[in-house]
Amino acid sequence: MKDLQQFLIPPAEIARLRGPQDRIVMSSRVRLARNLKGAAFPGWAKKPERIKVLETIRPAVESLPEMIDALSETMDNLGPLDKQMLVERHLISREHAAKSSGSGLVLNHDETFSVMINEEDHLRMQALLPGFQLRQAWIAIDRLDSDLEKKLDYAFDNEWGYLTACPTNLGTGIRVSAMLHLPGLVLAEQINPIIQSVNRLGLAVRGLYGEGTEALGNVFQVSNQMTLGEDEKSIVERLEKVLSQIIENEENARLKLLEIKPKVIYNHIGRAYGIMANAHSVSSKEAMNLLSLMRLGLDLELFPGQDRTLVDELFLETQPAHLQKKYSDKLTAEERDSLRADMVRERLKNVSRPVVKTPPPTN
Amino acid sequence: MLCTICKEKPATVHLTQIVGDKMQKLDLCEECAKSKGINDPTSFGLADLDLMLGLGASQQIEQAAGGMELKCPYCGFKQTDFKKSGRLGCPECYKTFAEGLGGLLKTMHKGSRHVGKAPEVLRASRENADKLSALQKKLTKAIQEENFENAALLRDEIKHLTERSPSHTRMSR
Repeated sequence: MKDLQQFLIPPAEIARLRGPQDRIVMSSRVRLARNLKGAAFPGWAKKPERIKVLETIRPAVESLPEMIDALSETMDNLGPLDKQMLVERHLISREHAAKSSGSGLVLNHDETFSVMINEEDHLRMQALLPGFQLRQAWIAIDRLDSDLEKKLDYAFDNEWGYLTACPTNLGTGIRVSAMLHLPGLVLAEQINPIIQSVNRLGLAVRGLYGEGTEALGNVFQVSNQMTLGEDEKSIVERLEKVLSQIIENEENARLKLLEIKPKVIYNHIGRAYGIMANAHSVSSKEAMNLLSLMRLGLDLELFPGQDRTLVDELFLETQPAHLQKKYSDKLTAEERDSLRADMVRERLKNVSRPVVKTPPPTN
Repeated sequence: MLCTICKEKPATVHLTQIVGDKMQKLDLCEECAKSKGINDPTSFGLADLDLMLGLGASQQIEQAAGGMELKCPYCGFKQTDFKKSGRLGCPECYKTFAEGLGGLLKTMHKGSRHVGKAPEVLRASRENADKLSALQKKLTKAIQEENFENAALLRDEIKHLTERSPSHTRMSR
């Protein structure tokens, strides 16, 4: 088997990936749910049946042109830390990380295509791209799906579309989502009304790791909820519209904060820098929240000569599994917090403290 | 008003759920409400969507089965299993529980008919089916209007279409 560590792109490289509007839109993702005709869904199937489905699907996915040099693994072959790293990179779901034999993963070299086998559905395939690229992600996964349907017999109904384990995914089986960094709206206390109005449009707003997770580091995931009765293109376009609106709101919130409450902004960012440059123990949650403020500072050009790569790299590296893989998996939580603080301090050694843009004298 | 579940006792517990722009109402008697755990409105958040939807679905499935518990002939999945997990057993379950699911899907989604991508092999037959139903409608209208010349043409066209579409790709439910 390929070693996951060697396979995965180093965080420093990932942090250098660029995409449109990536100041605010960290990544764009489209996933499709598909099932095989005549086979019980993974949650109901007995183990031999799940294995049979896995053995049918896995070679078909491996043979796709997109999957040359891919990593293909059964979930029982991946250790808990490997799985957690994949979750931290949004390449598998938390639900899939809990799976063992009878489930699998095929991941392409660029980490842009990830196909989960026997998650909630027989197939959950996603295209993940940096920045605001929902349309491109849809085109990419649509092509992969069209290639795959030639090799597999999908469960499809004329009336109800692609049949899925959960009726909430029925029809197109599509989930279009984007990861947004919204510190401005959070600091301006405008985030709740925005979430509410997005909800009213039938879209879901979730935390960093999807369903039931908190918005660590001011990162929010916006996605469609309805999958039946609206075609893929319209769903993608609707999300694009809403996201453009949120981006505009976030930019406005930042400008307005700088204009009317510059001290509040400088205070938050200055403190975040102060803690990161000097602390000797930092939890992963705290790290994310501090890094989020630092990212905002970089966007506002308060750290001249630095770019976002530094923060984005740390965003990934300070997460529990990434940290443990880098050092050791036999660390206590305290030891991890201490190592995390060392790593962040070291990285910030050559970063000067944030500049303050004083308004021109008024007299 | 009678209870939606037992259809015997008068409904005294009324629940209203609004999803998007669609409204779903449930009217239950004291006992049925209690058995579903909805006797204390303060402890029952209507925002608890999953519970509501699960309840609505299993209840509709129950009604569709005329009180008998439905079981999927292909995979053995029962309605109580759906109540527990909110997931179905296999693709065929959609046929087994079609009647109950119909209402549930309406509350969950934008529409009740799939629009969008279809597997290539079915795309032709999907388009055919749409064309057929349109022709069928025209034919009925032509006959009503006693426009028999037109009706004959339409009949031939329908015949032509049905012969062309291979039966194994035609999906029915």
